[in-house]
Amino acid sequence: MNDAVTIDRTSAVEIAGKPIATLPLSLTINGETRELKVEPWTTLLDLLRDKLDLTGTKKGCDHGQCGACTVLIDGRRINSCLKLAMSVDGAEITTIEGLGQPGELHPLQAAFIEHDAFQCGYCTPGQICSAQGLINEGHAKDRQDVREQMSGNLCRCGAYTNIADAVLEVMENQA
Amino acid sequence: MIRFDYARPGGVAEAVREGADDLAAYLAGGTNLIDLMKENVARPLEVVDINRLPLARITDLDDGGLRLGALATNADTAYDERVQARYPLLASAILAGASPQLRNAATNGGNLNQRTRCYYFYDIDTPCNKRVPGQGCGAIGGVNRIHAILGASDKCIATHPSDMCVALAALKAQVQVTGPEGERSIAFDDYHRLPGDEPWRDNTLKQGELVTAIDLPADDFSANYTYLKLRDRLSYAFALVSVAVAMRVENGHIADVRIALGGVAHKPWRRTEAEEAIKNERPSDTVFDTAARALLAGATGQGDNSFKIGLAHKAIVRALSQAAAGTPQSQTDKRIR
Repeated sequence: MNDAVTIDRTSAVEIAGKPIATLPLSLTINGETRELKVEPWTTLLDLLRDKLDLTGTKKGCDHGQCGACTVLIDGRRINSCLKLAMSVDGAEITTIEGLGQPGELHPLQAAFIEHDAFQCGYCTPGQICSAQGLINEGHAKDRQDVREQMSGNLCRCGAYTNIADAVLEVMENQA
Repeated sequence: MIRFDYARPGGVAEAVREGADDLAAYLAGGTNLIDLMKENVARPLEVVDINRLPLARITDLDDGGLRLGALATNADTAYDERVQARYPLLASAILAGASPQLRNAATNGGNLNQRTRCYYFYDIDTPCNKRVPGQGCGAIGGVNRIHAILGASDKCIATHPSDMCVALAALKAQVQVTGPEGERSIAFDDYHRLPGDEPWRDNTLKQGELVTAIDLPADDFSANYTYLKLRDRLSYAFALVSVAVAMRVENGHIADVRIALGGVAHKPWRRTEAEEAIKNERPSDTVFDTAARALLAGATGQGDNSFKIGLAHKAIVRALSQAAAGTPQSQTDKRIR
């Protein structure tokens, strides 16, 4: 695309006037394969929350700056607000709903409670998905690494110290 | 975000055919483009999703260099064993940038082509010559703490935001592209451009050209290097000033050196005369000071960002001393030694 492209009005009207075409999309979400139809501009975050009612994944900034929307794609963490659903066609997605269940908490969920690692809780699903990604990726060795590699998840309540404690404990237990 | 048509080609030739339309945009990791589309700064009418193209591999080159596929993620590149062993400067610069989530999604080609983070460029209610040619510049005379001190024009004072590209400039990478007129190779220094009278052009790509790979030369700078990044918070922030140094020390003398600056200009900032001035010298603060003066000659503050001139000078001296001593900046322990 030309850097300076100003919208061609005729083309824009032409596209806006078209009936909205949905495209087929296949995703495995928390172990369940789903055959879906989406508009091409649907982000993975909006698909999860608005179409599939998986509202555990949160919309914070919607610009990739806060990490509240973090999910795992093929085991790796990404910001779901900056992914078009179509561009992850065929992928395996894990959200917070896929990590633990009521009465059967994921070790990270249990550790977050044990260490008092949240106050309002809005960032927590993203923090936990991010922490699982950190453990899967295997590049963190100590507390300093955990702090650095959790820097993509903001917590406006400021529970960072306890979040680091919780993540470190589970990381060491799983090592 | 406006509506758009979506295409997902399976091969490079097909992608380039789709991308030739000037209202089309290539989509890779999406970490910058989707954000710009949400803000209506980017308004492509066709999104060409290139994620199915076979460009994600990292492969050895016959001349001892390394080819980084354009669709290899920043994370896969930084943690690749060959990159870590042979190009630790690049690994260090990549890991200094963004967050793990973003590095898992962002690609190497996308890193080169990301747009400035100038606040006025992002805010469509303010004037910006980069977004709308001829509209004026909100940053000149406005809030400009993050803006350029070198190579700016009276049309634009934006900076290129990448960390990775600063290392690629110091390593003299080659950018491989394919377009409607075929393939070509662009030296890294010629890839990004200064704003001049056409600030809407970030780089020298022609319409429809697609980055396919980034080639790293075989030159070994794995012993004496550093990527020093200074910013408003210790992690997950763009550079106010950054310095990449690739050096070779032989018999106590600087046998070869490349220095590139980030956060100070519309492109990674190199001046070969600064590098030539200190070759064959013994490392010392006096010598490093000479290089800093040459790199920053003509630097101009805009008000809020004037502090960057002094900051950059000290950062260059510190980075050269880290590289010469073989004690590169850690990207987890942020203390600067």
